[in-house]
Amino acid sequence: MEKRVLVIEDEPNISEALRFILTRNGWQVDVSADGDTALGALRSDPPDLLILDLMLPGISGFDILKSLRAQDGTRDLPVLMLTAKGHAADRFEAERLGVTRFMTKPFANAEVLDAVRELTAS
Amino acid sequence: MPRAALTGTRIRARRNLRGLRQAELARVVGVSPSYLNLIEHNRRKVGPDLLSALAHALGVSSDALVEDTDARLVEGARAAALRCDAELAELERIDEFTGRFPGWSKVLAETQARVERLERVVEQLNDRMTHDPYLGEALHEIISAVTSVQSTASILNDSGEIEPDWQTRFHQNILQDSARLAEGAVALVNYLDAGKTEETGLAAPQEEVEAWLAARDFHLPQLEQGDADIAAMVQGQIELSSDASRALARQWIGRFQADTLALPLDKVLAALSVHGFAPDALAQQFNVRFDQVLRRLAMLPPKACADLGLPAPGLVICDNSGTLMFRRGVEGFALPRFGGGCPLWPLYQALQRPHQPMRQRLVTAGRLGRSFQSYAYAATEVVLGFDKPTVLQASMLIIPADSANASELGAPVVVGASCRTCAQMDCAARREPSILMSATESADAL
Repeated sequence: MEKRVLVIEDEPNISEALRFILTRNGWQVDVSADGDTALGALRSDPPDLLILDLMLPGISGFDILKSLRAQDGTRDLPVLMLTAKGHAADRFEAERLGVTRFMTKPFANAEVLDAVRELTAS
Repeated sequence: MPRAALTGTRIRARRNLRGLRQAELARVVGVSPSYLNLIEHNRRKVGPDLLSALAHALGVSSDALVEDTDARLVEGARAAALRCDAELAELERIDEFTGRFPGWSKVLAETQARVERLERVVEQLNDRMTHDPYLGEALHEIISAVTSVQSTASILNDSGEIEPDWQTRFHQNILQDSARLAEGAVALVNYLDAGKTEETGLAAPQEEVEAWLAARDFHLPQLEQGDADIAAMVQGQIELSSDASRALARQWIGRFQADTLALPLDKVLAALSVHGFAPDALAQQFNVRFDQVLRRLAMLPPKACADLGLPAPGLVICDNSGTLMFRRGVEGFALPRFGGGCPLWPLYQALQRPHQPMRQRLVTAGRLGRSFQSYAYAATEVVLGFDKPTVLQASMLIIPADSANASELGAPVVVGASCRTCAQMDCAARREPSILMSATESADAL
């Protein structure tokens, strides 16, 4: 059975590229540009991996992560955070909130693929 | 730096420049060649009469042989040498260098001072870039576009056969992102260019004014005469790059000018030699407001203070929003670059008790806490009318406290620069976690 990846990313061209790469490599990909809407779906039907942008309109990637870690069903959900904000402070904050992997933009496709393979392996 | 050491070297340099032999010059000024030789090798001091005769014979003024700027030149040359990791052997000949080539030494010292000023400006610009919301957003936009272009181009290049529909979409995406990237880059360049001449400059006007004053050790000698051309003082200054910063500088200079007129330098120094830093005594003696004394004490010539054995004080001024409008730091007492200061500072306590002079001993938080004496005072600055808000300003003078008399100043209050960088973890006044705290401490702190 295909593993499911949810991408929360407000840049449509980035999420389209991610969808293409991951789909072609055997994952089932859903995309959401809005954290508020995605949170509901995440709680009711969590994917195998969440790829999460940090800077989103409305609710931020940090808020989403915090909310996921507070819920039993998503406490252990692997989260790969992609962000254009590469400050050490952001990385520390993401780690403090329980991110599984932190990656800065721009990224190499192969790098993302490796991370997704690793995080959905179990 | 012994003045004689440089004077002898300078006499020899001037003599050589004029092509005079030692014996010739000695005969003209009426000393033996061997005595002149000792002088030129800095082994004998030169009396005023002989100095005058030597200067006359060499066609220069006496001042040119014993300039007061010797120490400054030596220090400037030394600072430049140390920056370049100069060989120690060369450094040992620094007296000879400044003595023989005072003109070049002056150029070197001024270049060194200019480099230091420019470095301060760069540091502030860098700081500003880190905290500028527009820049942050613009760079985020550009990185997002670059990410999309890179990822999409990589798909087209690496993925072998791609369905025509997908190919078309990806080409369109790249075109779209390239246009976005170009627009973002142009907007960013325009924004940065505007900073050179307009109010959207990278460094905030206040930072520029403070950098300008810091480069002058917070003393403006032109003001001591009482008739300074304030507009001319701010023109062509490296640190004051925008109209806004020049306007702000003129405003502060005007205030400092009024302070120097009300508290003339010679009389203030005479009072300081009797009382030391005693703002209350000075306010009474000169019949001026307490905060005017605090400002004046923070803008005295550093050398005059040092001659009296007094340290250079720090000064912060805020309005009743708590915003720091003026910052002169003092070693060991860090002032925040952004946001408000420590809520325990007497500066803020004074806002609650306007027109009441306050005195408080302070110790900085942390393992190596330093002791300071502070004086604070708040007064109404602007009255908008009946039933309208009033605008207060508070000033706080910060003086490094001599550990010998610290006990006379009463129990100290432990303070920081701002909550963000404060080491006092269990402070009841803390408004945000410190970066020095662990994650658990941060969660528990509030």
